[in-house]
Amino acid sequence: MSHSVTDSTVLLGHGSGGQMMKRIIDEVFLDAFGSPELLEGNDAGVAALPASGRIAMSTDSFVVSPQFFPGGNIGRLAVCGTVNDVATSGANVRYLSCGFILEEGYPMDKLRQIVQTMAETAHEAGVAIITGDTKVVERGGADGVYINTAGVGEVPAGVALSGANCQPGDVILVSGTLGDHGIAIMSQREGLAFSSNIESDAAPLNHLIADVLAAAPDTRCFRDPTRGGLASTLNEFAQASGVAMEVDEDAVPVRPDVQAACEMLGYDVLQVANEGKMVAVVPAEQADAALAAMRTARYGENAAIIGRVLPLGSDARPAVRVRTGWGSTRILDMLVGEQLPRIC
Amino acid sequence: MVAGQPARSGIDFSAFRDSKLARELIERIRELVGDRTINLMEVCGTHTVSIGRYGFRSIMPAGLKLLSGPGCPVCVTANRDIDHAIALANIDGAIITTFGDMMRVPGSSTSLAAQKAAGCDIRIVYSPLDALDIAEQNPNRPVIFMGVGFETTTPTIAAAILEADARGLQNFSVYCAHKTTPPALRAIANDPETTIDGFILPGHVATITGLAPFGFLVDEFETPGVVTGFEPVDILQGICMLVQMVVENKPAIDNAYRRGVNADGNPVARQLVEQVFEPCDTTWRGLGPIAASGLAIRPEFSRFDARTRFDVPIEPTVEPRGCRCGDVLRGAITPSDCPLFGHACTPEHPVGPCMVSSEGSCAAYFRYRN
Repeated sequence: MSHSVTDSTVLLGHGSGGQMMKRIIDEVFLDAFGSPELLEGNDAGVAALPASGRIAMSTDSFVVSPQFFPGGNIGRLAVCGTVNDVATSGANVRYLSCGFILEEGYPMDKLRQIVQTMAETAHEAGVAIITGDTKVVERGGADGVYINTAGVGEVPAGVALSGANCQPGDVILVSGTLGDHGIAIMSQREGLAFSSNIESDAAPLNHLIADVLAAAPDTRCFRDPTRGGLASTLNEFAQASGVAMEVDEDAVPVRPDVQAACEMLGYDVLQVANEGKMVAVVPAEQADAALAAMRTARYGENAAIIGRVLPLGSDARPAVRVRTGWGSTRILDMLVGEQLPRIC
Repeated sequence: MVAGQPARSGIDFSAFRDSKLARELIERIRELVGDRTINLMEVCGTHTVSIGRYGFRSIMPAGLKLLSGPGCPVCVTANRDIDHAIALANIDGAIITTFGDMMRVPGSSTSLAAQKAAGCDIRIVYSPLDALDIAEQNPNRPVIFMGVGFETTTPTIAAAILEADARGLQNFSVYCAHKTTPPALRAIANDPETTIDGFILPGHVATITGLAPFGFLVDEFETPGVVTGFEPVDILQGICMLVQMVVENKPAIDNAYRRGVNADGNPVARQLVEQVFEPCDTTWRGLGPIAASGLAIRPEFSRFDARTRFDVPIEPTVEPRGCRCGDVLRGAITPSDCPLFGHACTPEHPVGPCMVSSEGSCAAYFRYRN
């Protein structure tokens, strides 16, 4: 019996808990991730507690279809998604866990590619993958690969970011062009494939956040506008803080080809998912510093100030409005129902 | 939106979104309208959505009303047609293919979306030609395409039927609920309950029909119409031209969308439609039965006609209680005048079709609330 990961596909035995599983862990996962905590081979990764005494933790599962798309794959998403979620708290992101659910028969070379991408992305973000898990389900029980990651970061003393902190007069920034990820995935979908150069923006933004926080220490909050796009993020902020928000449509950075695809598909680009963008709300007097920090950070060159926080209107209901270039306004609501399933 | 390199199409539309130009047109419209009362109807659902998205209702002069018309194909589809589609979906082994908008529209007791969840094989396609591929891959199952739409959609459906004929597909058919625009406009112009001073004519429909089929508006009703595009400056330009004709009492049919619409439309597409379809009487939600306002598949193509091919039991038609979509569609009321609007009827829990379809007036009014 010498099954090894020279097998060209994932087999049920790779999740058995026995020798085959040890091989896939050693040769596919440990080889790529290789953190000291992981190499110790214990059931739990053990790491030092931060001096500040506070940790931030987040988890996310990734089921994107297709698993490979222009600009990345499910592995890059799985690292970036969780790193960015933890980083929005202002935490220094340190550790990740990763759990794989694999479908029997999944090509081993694709799995290796995904794992390699995860390792590279974790390295770029400066985080260590310190524990993991592998399960294999029978063919048809899952669609190829699902990945769950959880992340832990240390929150520096004095940092207390929250979507409930926004105040009238604050300024809204976004770190780059909106809608790239959602449209990149859409362009690959069966039955809808259209030709474009649009790539997913999936990127780890923890360093960008740290730079902004250093330049604008009174930043109220960060959030990555993933599913539901900018519309959901700003509506969440407005409701949590009990304020109104206004976005200048002409100021929102959007690639022309993404805009064109949105119009063809009938989407509002402000409701389309991003995986490598950050929204920040900062006090007006620190807005220029925050913008400069974003623009000099990697992945932030197209950052822009896009709007402002306002007091509640006469109906006293939190709301987000878009102001057009000719002076009219419209409500920017959260997306209703499903725009695109399995986008991350 | 920030301009960068032009879109892949290579066409730069930024001039049609120019804020300065838009402001000038708005000012011109204000001057022309003065303290008059003018009712314009945008016939096309895409215009309704664009007007909402650009926030135009909030900045038009008080006397200028923009009423939404019967131009959302899903919205004007009668309940009976939706019930018929649902009955077809329940044929053993059938695959229903449809544009996405039809999925959630409530029929008398259920919707295609609910039937899909209950196990019917209902698939969203973006072109009827995709349905042909599905038919080819499933030779032993009937594949039925839900044909809904106006002059813009019918040429591709005619082409799909001809292509199915050429490929010798035995299992493909179309449930035809197609409608034509001019008869509906005549019904609205005749309606004593509504006064429309000018029609913002549908730019996409006119790419096929050209201008001539709208000439009766001037000849019989002395009401002007302007074929209009969909960018902010396009729409303001169309409104401005209409208002000027109303103010000067010089009704005409004109074209503010020359980059998309030839005066003669697209004769090749019309010829395709004529080859496959013939006019028939049909029922519109809101407007009721209108003579020769629908399209039926010609007898020589009847093997592709799901209506004649399948004899299915259709449930008794029940209209949703309190829903005033019909009045909205003929411009008798605006969506917010309906007592259900925003309370019992929202995009999450739609009662009538105008709240379901992305092109529906109620959905557009609710979404942008301006």
